[in-house]
Amino acid sequence: MTELTGTQTAPAPSPGMRIDIIPVILFAAFAAAPLLASASGAEGYVLSLLTRVMIFGLAALSLDLILGYGALVSFGHAAFLGIGAYAVGILASHGVEDALIQIPVALAASALFALVTGAISLRTKGVYFIMITLAFAQMLFFLATSLAPYGGDDGMTLPTRSLVAGAGFLENDYAFYAATLLCLTGGYLLSRAIVTSRFGRVLRGTKENAVRMEAIGFQPFRFQLAAYVISGMMAGLAGCLMANQAEFISPAFMTWQRSGELIFMVVLGGLGSLHGAIIGAAAFLLLEEFLPELLHAGSFFLNDDVRWRLTENWQMVFGPILILIVLFARGGIMGILRRGSHG
Amino acid sequence: MAEPLLELRNLRKAYGALTVTDDVSLSVRPGELHAVIGPNGAGKTTLIHQISGMLSSDSGQILFDGENVTHLSMPQRVRRGLARSFQITSILPGFSALENVALAVQARHGSSFRLFGNAAQERALNEPAMQHLNTVGLGGRASIPAGLLSHGEKRQLELAIALATEPKLLLLDEPLAGTGHDESLRVVETLRRLKGRITIVLIEHDMDAVFSLADRVSVLVYGRVIATDTPENVRMNEDVRTAYLGEEETV
Ligand SMILES: Nc1ncnc2c1ncn2[C@@H]1O[C@H](COP(=O)(O)OP(=O)(O)OP(=O)(O)O)[C@@H](O)[C@H]1O
Ligand SMILES: [Mg+2]
Repeated sequence: MTELTGTQTAPAPSPGMRIDIIPVILFAAFAAAPLLASASGAEGYVLSLLTRVMIFGLAALSLDLILGYGALVSFGHAAFLGIGAYAVGILASHGVEDALIQIPVALAASALFALVTGAISLRTKGVYFIMITLAFAQMLFFLATSLAPYGGDDGMTLPTRSLVAGAGFLENDYAFYAATLLCLTGGYLLSRAIVTSRFGRVLRGTKENAVRMEAIGFQPFRFQLAAYVISGMMAGLAGCLMANQAEFISPAFMTWQRSGELIFMVVLGGLGSLHGAIIGAAAFLLLEEFLPELLHAGSFFLNDDVRWRLTENWQMVFGPILILIVLFARGGIMGILRRGSHG
Repeated sequence: MAEPLLELRNLRKAYGALTVTDDVSLSVRPGELHAVIGPNGAGKTTLIHQISGMLSSDSGQILFDGENVTHLSMPQRVRRGLARSFQITSILPGFSALENVALAVQARHGSSFRLFGNAAQERALNEPAMQHLNTVGLGGRASIPAGLLSHGEKRQLELAIALATEPKLLLLDEPLAGTGHDESLRVVETLRRLKGRITIVLIEHDMDAVFSLADRVSVLVYGRVIATDTPENVRMNEDVRTAYLGEEETV
């Protein structure tokens, strides 16, 4: 035994843990951004864009927890954004404006929805799981469109952003940015703890070889369901933030396209590293935001008419770019960074 | 005579028109090493699948340690002390050898719903895991990702994983298949040491290993048990010779 104590205390090498510097840089950048924003002259725009990036980062992070670590392709994750947003909106429209009530309600509702739909979806595998999670999300989408008292199809404007213990400081964009960063950091640290814990190890093991896990006595279903619930709650929190940022709620928060975008963000960033999902969300949203301008600037050698058309139809370029990244950068952006740090 | 640890009663399984397990009744005594031999396609793996709970049976009963486990799931049977290995190696390739075994220790002990604390650092899991790795002779390879082990080492690892579930009965499906000479000797040596401490059902084509290790041998042909007896008597058995051993006069 003695000669082996050395090896047994050595942490098992697991990819994604080796480069801890990336999440540190990422969060430092988020923390420093408001300073730069105020210097940029367009602080309102920069803050709002980055807040949006962090909110989607939190949603993508929650998806990575089950997709990257559990191989559960939920194609209905936007439903949780909707649940979080509608919890805030519906409560606010009844005069309950405090986040200390709204957020627990949103989390409880997300957990309940995840528990019920997860218990059914997780009985299926592969493409059936994808379809059934999509179906549940669509159900919720159509439910939202039919909620006439809460705006139906059109959605509904919120009277104010949420209060915190009666105080209205979230109206300030800097304070809201800080609150969002706090939620993202909390979500990240929680997820990081979960994936290295006993629970997370069972989840990762099930992803690699479910039969092997059953053959040592685990019932994968229970662990996958618990992970699904945790993930749903985190996405629900992102939904609360989303409603607050927009000061508006709408069924558009939970379209299937939105669920697809979330999957895309996770894959783009690199599955199964957590911070990769946040980076993927950032890359996706920033590309979406700046591609028209980049195209305009990059096509200076073309005549004005072609140039204008290209800029106008930037989505035609956006799709292929995303596809190329996924095809040629296996492991997403994190894959590129990882290879860079080795070579 | 002691109660059998495992008892199969009139077990059946068919894939469509093909009956793969045909009215199998078998009892395994506590402490014995019971080998099951038979030609390719005789239904040995299928029988292991049925006993371990990976496949359900069409009819018949499986009694384990005095309990009817016929309708329990594989994880439930494992927790009652029924572990297995696979003919086609089944491990977690991305996990280190130690972690593969530590997960089995974790399955056996304590809660796996712990969301905090680094599981890879837990001595309470790693130390027993290390002992099982040493038992099969893989102690020096603990930190290697299981996917990078040689084929023979993977077979040894599977044995260590099964041991870590602390089984009363170990079902081994061709643990020597594809192993090199030295590795094969090491596995046989390990089985010899385990013999008596743990009841073992061993499926194996390597007749030298079977006849040197087994207390009793059952012969399965076309899904039927045609004989169960001591190695010596099985070797003499006319039916067995014609049905199976006839082709291998060396035995
Ligand atoms: N899923 C399946 N569907 C249909 N037939 C199957 C299936 N699995 C196994 N069989 C058939 O059942 C029979 C028994 O297979 P099994 O794998 O149990 O044999 P075995 O004794 O383990 O053989 P070997 O010594 O080659 O490992 C074979 O004829 C096989 O083709
Ligand atoms: Mg077989």
